Amino acid sequence: MTFTQQIITIAICALGTMATRFLPFIIFKSNKPTPKYIQYLGKALPAAIFGMLVVYCLKDISFQNSSGFLPEFIAIAVAVLLHLLKRQMLLSIAGSTVCYMLLVQFVF
Amino acid sequence: MSNYPPSAIPQRISVLKSAFKCAFPKTLPILAGFLFLGISYGVYMRVSGFSFLYPMLMALTIFGGSLEFVAVSLLLGAFAPLQTLVMTLIIQARHLFYGISMFEKYKGTGIKKPYLIFGMCDESFSINCSSEIPQNVDKGWFMFFVTLLNHFYWVLGATIGGILGSFISFNTDGLEFVMTALFVVIFLEQWLKEKKHYSSLIGVLCSAACLVIFGKSSFLIPTMIYIVLFLTFLKKPIEQDGGL
Repeated sequence: MTFTQQIITIAICALGTMATRFLPFIIFKSNKPTPKYIQYLGKALPAAIFGMLVVYCLKDISFQNSSGFLPEFIAIAVAVLLHLLKRQMLLSIAGSTVCYMLLVQFVF
Repeated sequence: MSNYPPSAIPQRISVLKSAFKCAFPKTLPILAGFLFLGISYGVYMRVSGFSFLYPMLMALTIFGGSLEFVAVSLLLGAFAPLQTLVMTLIIQARHLFYGISMFEKYKGTGIKKPYLIFGMCDESFSINCSSEIPQNVDKGWFMFFVTLLNHFYWVLGATIGGILGSFISFNTDGLEFVMTALFVVIFLEQWLKEKKHYSSLIGVLCSAACLVIFGKSSFLIPTMIYIVLFLTFLKKPIEQDGGL
């Protein structure tokens, strides 16, 4: 790949990404009322998206052996428990991450 | 600034200050995650033979972690613009959902809006969409600082990694879990707030089912299609009981 071809490849990645981010804002104009159906999706989607992002983060787990999924499952349980007990976002995130690091470094 | 009367300037500064003070703590998990992932990405680029300028400028212009990792192999292969475009659109298609979700929230943000949309990665979207911003804090500036800080962390990480290359070794195995934890906690917060869990369940079940059926490299697009289909078919019950 020549230098110019590298620049073109990077530009395509950047412009393609921008297209996916800007498209809804280009299609629906903010000075006109948003269609009812899109308003509904705008409210209903976030909860589904957060569910999708959790699964997306876990896409590499495998059930072949216990080290492929147990650290993730235990650390998520810690995050949920900590959050239900204290409801402190940073504490839940830091606590479960430290737990995961200990598990993958020393246990599994 | 010269268009404002003198008394308005300190007022504007205090608006920025309070927005920054509110935004910064929310981005701390992302500071940890992006420095770690950004450094890994920079190191990966460096050991693949690229100068640190590549990860730095790619982090700045693309600002999308998963695509940037894929872009390394694209840059090492033969020149294939069409394949690059298709890969980009497939990996990044989920941003369409973010745009639809943030459409109302980004209204009235003025000149900050193009940057808010440009910087709408998974993490910026998640914080901006889920945060309850106090009444006295300017929403537009809060979302701007969240986006800007995230962007800064990512570029900083990628640049450090690209400069240091493989010279650094530190035992941070498992630190990448900070991103999973962030999404789990945001998902849980959402779950605790909603009366019925239709949408959350649709998201988890569609993703899990599509992951099993289509495999991890191609499950996002079918997941998005099924989520929209289910949300559309269940519009009535969700609107009636869901408390939207």
